[in-house]
Amino acid sequence: MLQRKRWRFAMLAFLPTLAIFAWVRIYPIGETLRLSLHKWDILSKNKPFIGLDNFRELFHDRLFLDALVNTSIIAFGVLAVTIPLALVIAALIHHRTQSRFSGFYETAIFIPHVVSLVPAAMAWKWIFDAKLGPLNALLQYFGIPAQAWLFDPVLSVICIIVLCSWQALGYAVLIYLVGFKNLPLSLFEAAKLDGATGIQRFWHVSVPLLKPITLYVSVVTLISGFNVYAQAFVLASDSQGAPGRQVRVLVLDMLENSFRNYRVGYAASEAVVLLAIVLVLTLIQFGLLREKGGRS
Amino acid sequence: MRARGRLVNLAIDIFLFAFSLLMLLPLVFLVSNAFKTPQELLVWPPTVIPADPTVENFRAVLADTPLARWIFNSLAFAVLSMIAIVATSAISGYVLAKFRFRSLNVIFVIILATAIVPFEVYMIPLYFQAQMLGVLNSTWGLLLGYLVMSFGIFLIRQNVVHSIPDELLEAARIDGAGEFWIFWRIVLPLLRGALGALAVLAFFQAWTSFAWPMIVTTTRESYTIEVGLALFQTGFTVDLGRLSAASATVLVPSITLFVILRRNFVQSVASTGLKE
Repeated sequence: MLQRKRWRFAMLAFLPTLAIFAWVRIYPIGETLRLSLHKWDILSKNKPFIGLDNFRELFHDRLFLDALVNTSIIAFGVLAVTIPLALVIAALIHHRTQSRFSGFYETAIFIPHVVSLVPAAMAWKWIFDAKLGPLNALLQYFGIPAQAWLFDPVLSVICIIVLCSWQALGYAVLIYLVGFKNLPLSLFEAAKLDGATGIQRFWHVSVPLLKPITLYVSVVTLISGFNVYAQAFVLASDSQGAPGRQVRVLVLDMLENSFRNYRVGYAASEAVVLLAIVLVLTLIQFGLLREKGGRS
Repeated sequence: MRARGRLVNLAIDIFLFAFSLLMLLPLVFLVSNAFKTPQELLVWPPTVIPADPTVENFRAVLADTPLARWIFNSLAFAVLSMIAIVATSAISGYVLAKFRFRSLNVIFVIILATAIVPFEVYMIPLYFQAQMLGVLNSTWGLLLGYLVMSFGIFLIRQNVVHSIPDELLEAARIDGAGEFWIFWRIVLPLLRGALGALAVLAFFQAWTSFAWPMIVTTTRESYTIEVGLALFQTGFTVDLGRLSAASATVLVPSITLFVILRRNFVQSVASTGLKE
């Protein structure tokens, strides 16, 4: 009797959420998978099943490959900048926990992670601006010629990496700080007795112990790197609004294929590739974590 | 030895202080540029405090764009999304934690698994859903993408498991309390901290979203602030002062809100740290 009443409550309370979840998550995800196997063109009446043809075509598609390469460079570039920097900054903040300013450090470094993307990107767009920007002015002050930061395809990618790293850093520092707080103090005391210097303790005690956290932050950073879109949109579209000037990233290519070329099935197959990349990264993370847990 | 340690600490403090300022510098310049005259914007080195502050940029932006409307759209979207996510997460997190039916475990695993799937992967089919419902260019269309949050459900479930003992619920049941009463009067108050953290996270998630609003809204009146600004900056007649003014108008309130809610926010990110 009691059991039945509980069951009824659970169902009544949970069903609406479950229905919403099925409707706005499960169904669209399933639909992406289904569309990716069809020649699903908005303009044509026939939407035949074509198996893996979309995927085959993708890997001969110059624009897609460009986007894939750019996105990978951005994702790994952000990773390469963020992880070492975050580790050092977090170690220093942790070392100065007693400092009167430690709250300020944390907040200041974390703010870029939470501010709206577009206005923040606008600030950087000015910094990189070829004629008005302070970056070029600074370079010229040191006798280095001005660069067309946001017009050169290679430099644009670097600019996007800088912007994304600036944003990702606060999150990584925060997670590392949690990690530093949970490190066993006894190990540091022992290392100290053995005469290890601060830097040695950091390198030989903290860094190895923080490996699971490094792994976690790396995967999260990479995944958000592969989803990059707004940053590329704002930084690398010129003031004439010409989309040709944009640095091609996966999400942009996907949106162009579905909304400009009306090739929804083809765009869906790109989405599946993106999903596969994210899935592989996540599985690597789980695998490495489990291996680690098994040994200890 | 002592003195040397203190010197090292001082050096670290100076470095961290400088680094923090460097991180904030782009935002500081953005706000300061918003108040500069066109002449002063060209000055090198750039001034931090405008020599001749003017609100002309703000006036021009308000004349050029429906900025207030965009902010209102974003605000409505973020608040409704926050309410929806908190409500759905609270209920389903509780049910998933405390009601042991085998089918629920399967559902929980599915919910967890979908957390891995980036929004960009399924937003095109979702767009067609919105189109079919006729809710494009409206808050409802925006909301469709942000009604539930896998991570929120997970976060609440973990909190229920850790902070609400079965004995407490059983005791209430023996006293004759109804299931809904228990949820409302016992469970929710105990979850206040977690729900607060989730609310902040959900609000900022919607407030800063870009790709979804970008495809759902196509009329100038329906843009969110992010989309409005992004498209405004690609226009022909835009100058830097106006762009900065528009950006500063968006940034300053959200930074203020963040600083006020900082503790909640940091906690929600640090506790498990997945954003959808």
